[in-house]
Amino acid sequence: MEFQIIWFVLWAVLWAVYFMLDGFDFGAGMLLNFLGKNEKEKKTIIHTIGPVWNGNEVWLITAGGATFAAFPTTYALMFSYLYTALLLLLFSLILRGVSMEFRGLGSTDNWKNNWDKTLMISSFLPSLLLGVAFGNIFEGLPMDASGYHGSFFTLLNPYGLLTGVFFVLLFLVHGALWVSVKTEGDLSLRASALAGKIWFALLVVAVAFLAFTAFATNLYANYVGMPVWFLFPALAVLSLLGIKILGLKGKSLAAFYSSCLTILMVTFTGVIGLFPNLIPSSLDPTYNLTIYNSSSSIYTLKIMTVVAVVFVPIVIAYQIWHYRVFRSKLSPDSVSEEGLY
Amino acid sequence: MDTLALSRLQFAVTAMFHFIFVPLTLGLSILVAYMESRYVSSGDEVYLKMTKFWGKLFLINFALGIVTGITMEFQFGMNWAEYSRYVGDIFGAPLAIEATVAFFLESTFIGLWIFGWKKISKKAHALSIWMVAIATNLSALWILLANGWMQKPVGYVLRNNRAEMVDFGAMLTNSYGWLKFFHTLFSGYVIAAFFVMGIASYHLLKGNNPEFFKKSFKIAATFGLLSSLLVFFVGDFHAVEVAKTQPTKFAAMESVWETQKGLPYNLMVVPDVQNERNSVEAVGIPGMLSYLAFHDSNAEIKGLKSFTSDLRPPVLPTFLSFRGMAALGMLFMLLTLIAFILSLTNKLEYSRIFLRIMLYAIPLPYIAAQLGWIVAEVGRQPWIVYGVLKTSDAVSKSVTPLQVWGSLAGFTLLYGTLALVDIYLLTKFAKKGPDEDPSLLISRSKAQEV
Repeated sequence: MEFQIIWFVLWAVLWAVYFMLDGFDFGAGMLLNFLGKNEKEKKTIIHTIGPVWNGNEVWLITAGGATFAAFPTTYALMFSYLYTALLLLLFSLILRGVSMEFRGLGSTDNWKNNWDKTLMISSFLPSLLLGVAFGNIFEGLPMDASGYHGSFFTLLNPYGLLTGVFFVLLFLVHGALWVSVKTEGDLSLRASALAGKIWFALLVVAVAFLAFTAFATNLYANYVGMPVWFLFPALAVLSLLGIKILGLKGKSLAAFYSSCLTILMVTFTGVIGLFPNLIPSSLDPTYNLTIYNSSSSIYTLKIMTVVAVVFVPIVIAYQIWHYRVFRSKLSPDSVSEEGLY
Repeated sequence: MDTLALSRLQFAVTAMFHFIFVPLTLGLSILVAYMESRYVSSGDEVYLKMTKFWGKLFLINFALGIVTGITMEFQFGMNWAEYSRYVGDIFGAPLAIEATVAFFLESTFIGLWIFGWKKISKKAHALSIWMVAIATNLSALWILLANGWMQKPVGYVLRNNRAEMVDFGAMLTNSYGWLKFFHTLFSGYVIAAFFVMGIASYHLLKGNNPEFFKKSFKIAATFGLLSSLLVFFVGDFHAVEVAKTQPTKFAAMESVWETQKGLPYNLMVVPDVQNERNSVEAVGIPGMLSYLAFHDSNAEIKGLKSFTSDLRPPVLPTFLSFRGMAALGMLFMLLTLIAFILSLTNKLEYSRIFLRIMLYAIPLPYIAAQLGWIVAEVGRQPWIVYGVLKTSDAVSKSVTPLQVWGSLAGFTLLYGTLALVDIYLLTKFAKKGPDEDPSLLISRSKAQEV
């Protein structure tokens, strides 16, 4: 297989895993004050994501780093064209990290409340922005030989915004299920009930997304050309329905896994449609950024492949172990007042 | 200002801010890991208390180091798209490797360390902070190999309108990168040592917890003495590497205008940039500058005048920063030597003037590290990749000055606020001192034991 294709697949996997992992801590963050009725419950919610959010976010840094190493031209143009959007993403991620680390260090209620609000907003914005960014990538950016012909506001077109809302809802359901799985008692029940309610909105937006994609993007061309790929969107739809069915049966953990699968399959659905483009041009396909015209040299791709093959499985292994160490459920009645978080 | 000037300013601001937190992380992670290991091997509660107290300060600092690091990765693409496109084939690799082999390790095990007190065995818990320490130091290696390549590009050819990697091994073994790595690493250790000694001095002056802080001080003094000797020693070799590979930077560091052999080291130099000479050169040590440059007192040093003025770096900031850094480096050896002797002979508490000096010395190694980066980065100008790509050709074409004004204002506001919050928290918890009963702290994660 060509190394560009290997890296296209890896690129897709890194983003998909990133959305699956950071997605639930974004969701839990957004829902902090909606699910957490008092300080104990809020602390519990933050403790469910406390040990893992940092490791989750590194998938983003690695996805960015892999884009840089494997497809430097795409990295360069994507990051400079989406300057303002990425800046907002960056500011949100900075504030988000700080809000979780610092909220437990102050003594007043005001201190905690302000950091809680910061956490909610800074969990919402990246979810929306990442969705808007990927919606626009699916559509293509207005770019040609002379550069980029858009601005931050051209990103906020209907399809881009719809994808943004789609991501937000996906992560909300995902995060609510996570809280439900990781906690006990009333909080857990309320979280799964909330996931069930948001799911209806998610379903509506998901259908709209699939339909709108046919008009706004060229993603379906690859599927029509090779229908076997329809397996991925089909799995996305099935797992999306699975969330509700499993949720109704009271199987929160299975519903959470189903929502993991949904996020993976939604990402793959989009990325398969892009192939072999990384970012299409909405003006003229001549200027599409493809895995061939924007990739590193084969020599670099080979070295990076060796690095990925050796280290990514190691990373996955210790991250799974890490999740297992923290597998037990938390109860608001026993979350202690001590500590950094 | 245009996009180039603004982007340079923004990179300087964000990199320097990031590098307030990183070096302390490099050193303090090792000190905390050492303290926890002592606790595990001896069972002595004082080491647990130390782990908790210094560990908390470590975490407050660590949080900002992590979040400001993402800015650096994003900025290469956002503001320096031409750079990223031109050298991404080489420069992207160490960044991606850094994320894969170091960041994952660091951020996974920090979570384990913070929340895992009662989840894993004592040994595994101590091991997890060692993993964090190793990962942060490993991350520094990869980023400095990347920076080393910008200073001394190796293992590439110019082809397909860009620089392409042809020898990954050459990049891995780039002497410039390794010297820079060790120099940076040890400077971080010095920062951590002064941080611990300074805070310990504060409490010793107040008479709080003398046993606890004397012990902490002694560990930091030993670590600091070794590190300040090493940072100076590596720095000497680093200077030779600079003289060999970046003659314009070396000439600017020492303000040498004329190419000459057997140059003396003048303790007093006042550069006169306009007239391309030094208006004062006095108190010279014969042959010393040539010796420092090439470890040969007869060696020839190329002066700035042998390069056209458009290829020279800004002389004054490079020269002053280098002198300042070197002077501070010598001061650190002296201070850590005194600190080591006083804590060895158990006279620390009675040396109140020295304790006061050490308290106010906390910022000095930070300043030295920032000056060092000014030498490294300003001294490399006008090149972004020495001899290969100019900074002016590296900036993003699609980014407007207005966008960078906006982002620069945003960063200034955000970072300024975060700095205030961080200083407030560090001061608060540093002044508070260790918790009396460390077992209280452990119980916080009892909630997680079902």
